[in-house]
Amino acid sequence: MTNQIIPSVKRKQIIELAESGKRTDGRSLMDMRRVEIQTNVIEKADGSAAVKLGDTYVIAGVKFDCEKPPFPDIPNEGVLSVNAEFVPIASAEFEAGPPDENSIELARVVDRGLRESKLLDTSKLCIIPGKKVWTAHVDVYILDHCGNLIDASALAAVSALLTSKMPKSSLKLNVVKVSGIEAQRTLEFKFRNGTSTDLKMEEGIAEGEVQEIKEFSVEKAEEGSLPVPLCDRPVNITLAKIGDKFFVDPSLEEEEVMDCRISVTFTEDGRVCAMQKGGAGTMTPDELLRAVEIAKVKSQELRKHLPSGGK
Amino acid sequence: MEKKKLITDDGIRYDGRKLDELRPIKFQLGVLKNADGSAYVEWGRTKILVGVFGPRESHPKHLALADRCRIHATYRMTPFSVEEWKSPAPSRRETELSKVIREALEPAIFAEFFPRTTIDIFAEVLQADGSTRCAAISAASLALTDAGVPMRDLVSSIAVAKVEGKLVLDVMDQEDKQGDSDMPIAIMPSKNQITLIQMDGLLSHEEFIQSVELAKKGCMEVYAKQKEALEERFKNTTNREDA
Amino acid sequence: MVVPGTLLAEGKYNAGVNVYMEDNKFFSSIVGLAELRNETVTVIPLRGCYIPFVDDVVIGKVVEVISTAWMLDIRSPWQGVLFAKEFLSKPLNTMKEDARSYLDIGEMVKAKVLAFDRTRNPSLTTREPELGKIQRGTVIEVDPTRVPRIIGKKGSMINLLKKESGCQIFVGQNGRVWIAGKSRDEEAVVAEAIRKIEAEAHTTGLTDRIQEYLIKHRV
Repeated sequence: MTNQIIPSVKRKQIIELAESGKRTDGRSLMDMRRVEIQTNVIEKADGSAAVKLGDTYVIAGVKFDCEKPPFPDIPNEGVLSVNAEFVPIASAEFEAGPPDENSIELARVVDRGLRESKLLDTSKLCIIPGKKVWTAHVDVYILDHCGNLIDASALAAVSALLTSKMPKSSLKLNVVKVSGIEAQRTLEFKFRNGTSTDLKMEEGIAEGEVQEIKEFSVEKAEEGSLPVPLCDRPVNITLAKIGDKFFVDPSLEEEEVMDCRISVTFTEDGRVCAMQKGGAGTMTPDELLRAVEIAKVKSQELRKHLPSGGK
Repeated sequence: MEKKKLITDDGIRYDGRKLDELRPIKFQLGVLKNADGSAYVEWGRTKILVGVFGPRESHPKHLALADRCRIHATYRMTPFSVEEWKSPAPSRRETELSKVIREALEPAIFAEFFPRTTIDIFAEVLQADGSTRCAAISAASLALTDAGVPMRDLVSSIAVAKVEGKLVLDVMDQEDKQGDSDMPIAIMPSKNQITLIQMDGLLSHEEFIQSVELAKKGCMEVYAKQKEALEERFKNTTNREDA
Repeated sequence: MVVPGTLLAEGKYNAGVNVYMEDNKFFSSIVGLAELRNETVTVIPLRGCYIPFVDDVVIGKVVEVISTAWMLDIRSPWQGVLFAKEFLSKPLNTMKEDARSYLDIGEMVKAKVLAFDRTRNPSLTTREPELGKIQRGTVIEVDPTRVPRIIGKKGSMINLLKKESGCQIFVGQNGRVWIAGKSRDEEAVVAEAIRKIEAEAHTTGLTDRIQEYLIKHRV
C-alpha cells in the first residue's frame, strides 16, 4: 500500500543507511519488528486474534454461518470467505466506503495462503449435501497502518482460525422415507466427510430409507463447542525491494519509497503455497530466488509466535 | 436467544448488577499511532475503538463550510461483533447512529475555530453487548480531547431501559432485546446540557421523569471514569518546566 | 491538569489561550496544565494541532502543484500556499516552465508564515537566508505542543543540542525538525534526543539528562 507522495529526501536517507545494513528505526535489513499476538479477544466471535507487528495493529474475527453451498458442482464442501477492511481509523489515507483495490488484494492474498495450505479442511464442513454447509467468515480489520499489512493480517487470520471453535449445533430434519412415511430426526452436528450415505446411517435411519429431506433447520446450542478441523500453520512473509536491497517486514516509510514488494506464504513443512508481487517496480529472477530464500527462513521464525493448533 | 427472566425478585439483574449499577467501564486514550486522537473502551462486554482525524482539509473541498469546521462521524460494527455474522456493508441502523453520534458531540466542539476544515470521527464496534452508541459517544469525546480539539465540555452517555416493570441503568444487549423501553441519553456534564436523547418503547410520564433522573446519575458516573482515563494518560506531567 | 469543561476561575480575569468564558466563569477548552499569570488564565496544551501564526518558521511537504504555486502540508488544519514569487528570485514563466521542475510533490521546504487569518489558507515564503528546499539530512515529526520545550527558554535546549552534536538543526513551529550532520549516525543521535525531550517535556531535570545523553552517544 504505497502513499502517492514519495519524499525524495526520505528515499535517499533510507538507501544510504541501508548501505551499512541499517534502517531508520535501528533494525537490520533482516529484522522483524516486535510481534504480539493475543487470541480470543472477542468472546462473541467463534475465533479472534489481535496482532501488533511493530505499531501496525490488526484484528481478525472468525464467524461460522450456515448457508446454501455457493457452487452447484461442489455440493459437499464448506466455504472459507476472507474479507479485509481498511478502516479509516488506521490511516489518514484510508477513506470510508466499500473495499478498494488494496484491501481486496490483501484479502485475496491472505485467502490464498489459508486456502492453498489447506489450513481449514472445508470438506468436513458439510451439513446436508447440496443444501447446507458451514461458511467460515474470516474478517480482517486493519486498525493502525504502520507498514506490512499483509503479514500482520495473515498472522491474525491464521491465529484466529487456529484458536477458533465451532459452536455445537443440531440438525432438525423432516424426512420422507421410501415407504412414504414422514419422520423427524434430530442429529447433533459432527464433522464428517460430507456424503449423503453418512447422513443416512446415523440415528436409526437405514441406508436407502430416505426418499427426500423435506425440511431442515440448524440450531446452535446455547453452550458447547467443537474443535475446528485444522491442519497446517501457514506463515506469510513480505519483503520490500528498495534499490538492490530487500527489507524484511517493511515499515510505513519504507513502503512509501519501495520499488516493489514480494509476499510469500509457506506451509509448515516449507512448501510455497502462495505468492504475490506488489508495486510497479521490477526484480530479476535471481533477486526473486534470493527473496524467497530469505522469506523461508523468516517464516520459520515468525511461525514460533503462532498459537498452538493445526499440526 | 430464548427469553430469560432478567431480574430476580430481589432486584438483581441477569449479570448480577443492581438496578442502578453500571457495568465495569475502562477507557484508554492514545492507543493508535496514525489517528490524531484515539480512545478504546471496554464497557462490560462491549468493546469499541474510536479514532479522530482533524481538524484537516475537507475532501472533497466543496463540502467545506465557510465559517466553521464540518464534523463527520462514522459508526460501524465488525461482522464478528454480534451473535450472527453481519455483512460489513453499512446498514441503515449504522447510518442513523452515525448521524446521532455526530449530533451528540457537535454541541461540545468549538467548530467556529476551524472554518473550511473537517473533523472525522470513526467508531468501530469490535464487540457489541448493548449501549454501543453510548460507549461510542463517551469514547469519542475522549478521542477528540486526545486529538487536542477544543471543546466546551466532555460528553458522557448512558442508556436507561424498562425491563420487567423496573427501570434499569446501563442497558446490556439482552435487556435491550427483551425490555419494554430503551432510552439512550448523552449530556455535557459540567453544563448540564443534553446533546442526545432517543427513546423507543412505552413509558408513563412518571417513568419517563424517573428515567431521565437515573440517566443523569449514570452519566456523571461515566464522566468520572472519563476523567480517570485522562489523568492516567497524562499522569507523568508536572506544572514546573525545567529552567 | 484540567480537561475540557473544567472550571478554572470566576470573576475579574482575562481569558488566555485555550480558555473560554461564560457568565463570568472561565473554563478550559482542552486537556492541559492551567496557569494564572497577571490576571490572565491560560491552559498550556498537552495535546493539540499546529495553528499557524505570522512569522512562524515551518517545514512543509509539497502535496499539490498548481501552475503558479505549491500547496504544502504543514501539519495544520489548513494547507499552506507557497506562491512561485515567494520561492523563486524571479517570476515563473508559466508558458515555458513547469513549477514541478523547481519543487516537486513530496519534497520538503523550510518556510515562514507570511499571512494567515482563518478565512484563507496560510501563505508562506522561502525568501530568507535559512529557508528553502531541503536537499539532505533527516526530517522527523514531533507533537507541536512540545516545540517550545525543544527550543527551550531563550533557545537553551536547541543550543545545547547544536553544540553537543555539531549538527545543523532547524525546528519548525509545526512540529517538524530538520537535522543535518556529517553522518547519518550523528543525525540519528540528535533525532533520539529530540524524541526524549518530546516524551519528557514537562518533567524536571530534563536539560541535564539530554546533555548526558548527547555526551554518552557522541559519534
